[in-house]
Amino acid sequence: MDTCIKKIRELSAELLEKGEVQKVIGFAQGTIPMATSPIAIESKQDTEKLVFNSTCGLNLANYASKQKGKVAIIAKGCDSRNIVTHIVENQIQRDQIYIIGVPCTGMVDKSKIATLFEDEITGFTEDGNTLRVTSSSREEILKKQDYLRENCLYCTHKNPILYDVLATELVEEQMLEKPFPDVDRIEALDTDAKWQHFENLTKNCIRCYACRNACPLCYCPTCFVDEAGPQWVGKGQNKTDVNTFHYLRAFHCAGRCTDCGACVEACPMGINVRDFTRKLNKDALELFGWEAGLDITKRPPLDAYSPEDPDDFIK
Amino acid sequence: MKFITIDKKNWTKGIDKSRGTYRLFGPVKDKNWCMIKELDGDILPDMEYNESVMSAKSVLFPQSETILNTSLNESVEDHHIMKRAKNDYTARAVLGIRPYDAKAIQLVKMNFDTKEYKDPYWCDAYEATTFVGMAITKPGPFDFSTSVDSGPFCEEGLDILLADLDDSFIAKILTPKGESFAAACGFDSTIDDKESQALFDILRKEAEKNINCRVETDKLKEKNLLDLHGASFWDDLAFSCINCGTCTYVCPTCWCFDIQDEAKLKESSRFRNWDTCMSPLFTRHATGHNPRGVKVQRVRQRFMHKLKYFLDKYDQGIMCVGCGRCVKSCPVNIDIREVCHTMNTYEKKD
Amino acid sequence: MENPYMPYPVRIDDIEIATEDKSLKTFKFVFLNEGDEEKFAYHAGQFAELSIPGVGEIPIGIASSPVEKGFVKFTVFKTGVVTSHLHNMKVGDIMGLRGPLGNWYPWDKLENKNVVIIGGGFAFTTLRSSIIYMLDPANRSKFKNIDVVYGARSPGMLLYRDELFEWEKRNDINMHITVDSTDDPSWKYHTGFVPQIVEQNAPKADQDTYAIICGPPIMIKFTQPSLTQLGYKPHQIIMSLENRMKCGIGMCGRCNIGKELVCKDGPVFTLDEINQTPKEY
Repeated sequence: MDTCIKKIRELSAELLEKGEVQKVIGFAQGTIPMATSPIAIESKQDTEKLVFNSTCGLNLANYASKQKGKVAIIAKGCDSRNIVTHIVENQIQRDQIYIIGVPCTGMVDKSKIATLFEDEITGFTEDGNTLRVTSSSREEILKKQDYLRENCLYCTHKNPILYDVLATELVEEQMLEKPFPDVDRIEALDTDAKWQHFENLTKNCIRCYACRNACPLCYCPTCFVDEAGPQWVGKGQNKTDVNTFHYLRAFHCAGRCTDCGACVEACPMGINVRDFTRKLNKDALELFGWEAGLDITKRPPLDAYSPEDPDDFIK
Repeated sequence: MKFITIDKKNWTKGIDKSRGTYRLFGPVKDKNWCMIKELDGDILPDMEYNESVMSAKSVLFPQSETILNTSLNESVEDHHIMKRAKNDYTARAVLGIRPYDAKAIQLVKMNFDTKEYKDPYWCDAYEATTFVGMAITKPGPFDFSTSVDSGPFCEEGLDILLADLDDSFIAKILTPKGESFAAACGFDSTIDDKESQALFDILRKEAEKNINCRVETDKLKEKNLLDLHGASFWDDLAFSCINCGTCTYVCPTCWCFDIQDEAKLKESSRFRNWDTCMSPLFTRHATGHNPRGVKVQRVRQRFMHKLKYFLDKYDQGIMCVGCGRCVKSCPVNIDIREVCHTMNTYEKKD
Repeated sequence: MENPYMPYPVRIDDIEIATEDKSLKTFKFVFLNEGDEEKFAYHAGQFAELSIPGVGEIPIGIASSPVEKGFVKFTVFKTGVVTSHLHNMKVGDIMGLRGPLGNWYPWDKLENKNVVIIGGGFAFTTLRSSIIYMLDPANRSKFKNIDVVYGARSPGMLLYRDELFEWEKRNDINMHITVDSTDDPSWKYHTGFVPQIVEQNAPKADQDTYAIICGPPIMIKFTQPSLTQLGYKPHQIIMSLENRMKCGIGMCGRCNIGKELVCKDGPVFTLDEINQTPKEY
């Protein structure tokens, strides 16, 4: 993936120089190991600031749709699916956005890597499939494949769905016999254990809303939890209120979620927010044969009616 | 001021002994990290933790805290008349608090304990609390506490400062509160003051040497507030911000809160929750008008409050103790050290 | 020290519809406990939190005047959750009142000065308090000329109409009442926006003249140039700000303009002071 950054910079410089776009939205190197930060580049010389590596775990779709004029965006498979969703949901026009597609080999699970060390990580470099991670006490050489985020592990759309240009060659997509082993595990639990699973999941939630704000689907001008008249949800740390937020947000993402993992990436408390959305993704696939963000001409299943829609729930 | 030594073999027994008179709080391992929690039952504090993802501010200032209660039942004599919530202010001790977190509590105190008003909930909790600090011998890479008048052995706001000597702790008893807590634990093997202080000094210097981050704040005071506020760098700085509340909630010095009422059947309560200047709701008027309605205004508010307004208002340094939590937790890596540098070196262009 | 979050229990003693569109009501409260009224001693220009258990609190300027005894009065615009609830409450209901909060118009500084009061819409509450205070026989001689410019959308939207017309008849106060427009042929006062009426009718500034402005941000914004044209210097223009507040005692952190907290260091500032702060109001 490191070879693609040269190409990304070249393409960006060219687009800016020719005035084809006002900005290029991508990632910049962070100030600490394994951190990157979304950035808007406006001049050719600043394109040197762009990076692309296995720590670019956020989703850039929301950054692009809030811009004036035409912008270019660096898009992994999942980012591109969210751009498709944004186009379908009228958040951005196709001709307002120039997509530099990056076939993706997966993002790393930063907290999984962090647990290997007793102290803080002070250095992180990658070379192909090899990660070199250091702390003040030692160094670990890791295989990237072993430390991918869970959503990347199950990803079947590594290649951008929609793009104007590619920064590197397409990669092979994986076929999964069981695309939702994590959901299957939870589904197999009995009711009490299932309940307990979700209770435990949110017990450390501090309601910072990082999951929501990092989510490319959460662009509502006023989120239901922020609505004051009427106020739908209490604002305290009451368990029911906290869970109501998570459940309702997940349902609002049903049939729209691309499993990009930005919510988990952003959560400061290590909550696997995807446990809420994955079941709905599975339902969307099983009930409607639907995966979000694959087709610019189709509205999400809960947004459209078809006589073929499953209706087994009508007794 | 005196020093005592605590053999680690006696630590648990002593701590358990204090539970008769103190509610204990301290670091508890939770998955990959530590949380500061009440040590219910016989839970012991994890004194070897590196850092806690959340600070110890919640010991005095819980994320959600009931302040008043009222009955709405009109057949009750004093219905609709508010009463102070019965919170527990019996003696409590927070074990293993990091020196920068204890210093942060002193900064927060300036907000809650003022000449004109005293916040009774915070002040009563503060009065009830004994702060047993754990000196940091291996500072993390994001620790810049020595740049901001704190440090791995900073005593400010502590009643006891512990230093870890592998088999034992040396405790520097700093206040009468600290003395009472040590007595309640039965920790009483005093050791030579001069020698112990000398040892503390060596350990402190050693620890401070391991702090590699330096953040300059020296020019912030002389900068013109409106020039900084109007500076052009805020737009770029705020671009990546997703406007979540992470930085403010993990911060040991962020004290802003919201007040909410809730009623359940005929009982109502008023409570306060941590709030965040990152949220547009924080300042939105009932009419819809919002003085900080745009993201960049909110990002600017957070940093201006910490690094300029607070400094100008109290002249007690900046509102940051250098714990580095926000640097590490920010989903988009907005780094207060860089922002501080940008502000400290800002020159207005005419 | 007392718990600053604890409201005084009060009973709603009277509710009066204040404007023709019924969006404003004036509530008169009496204290339930003896001694609380004395503890609530206030100055014209201060505000208080109206505190409804189970619903919430709202900061509202005190409309009654320190010289009026036995009750306190607030005129409330129905807009959010708490104000809507309050509008549905009835005489005899028990609620809370927390305050007085904030600073007040600088009455010491205004002694022996000409005072021009400028108000718009429903931001006339603390100005009413101020006028009643200044006109009180015990106080009137402390001030020189008093001019009042007060405007609303229409005659029916003017607050405290009976009092306005009473003051109009007096010769120790110059009233300049205006409405944006009216089709009432018997309307005998001004027609036009507040900034324009100020420009035409307010006294020119000398060093002994101060203006107090209270109104929606847009009115304040357009009145400032009128005053500047009349020679008022920033330190002679006194304004009362409204920001979203919760605690009212300078702790919860949301109402700041720069390092000033509107609830505690304000709500009253001179334009001079405001010019030193970011315009976040």
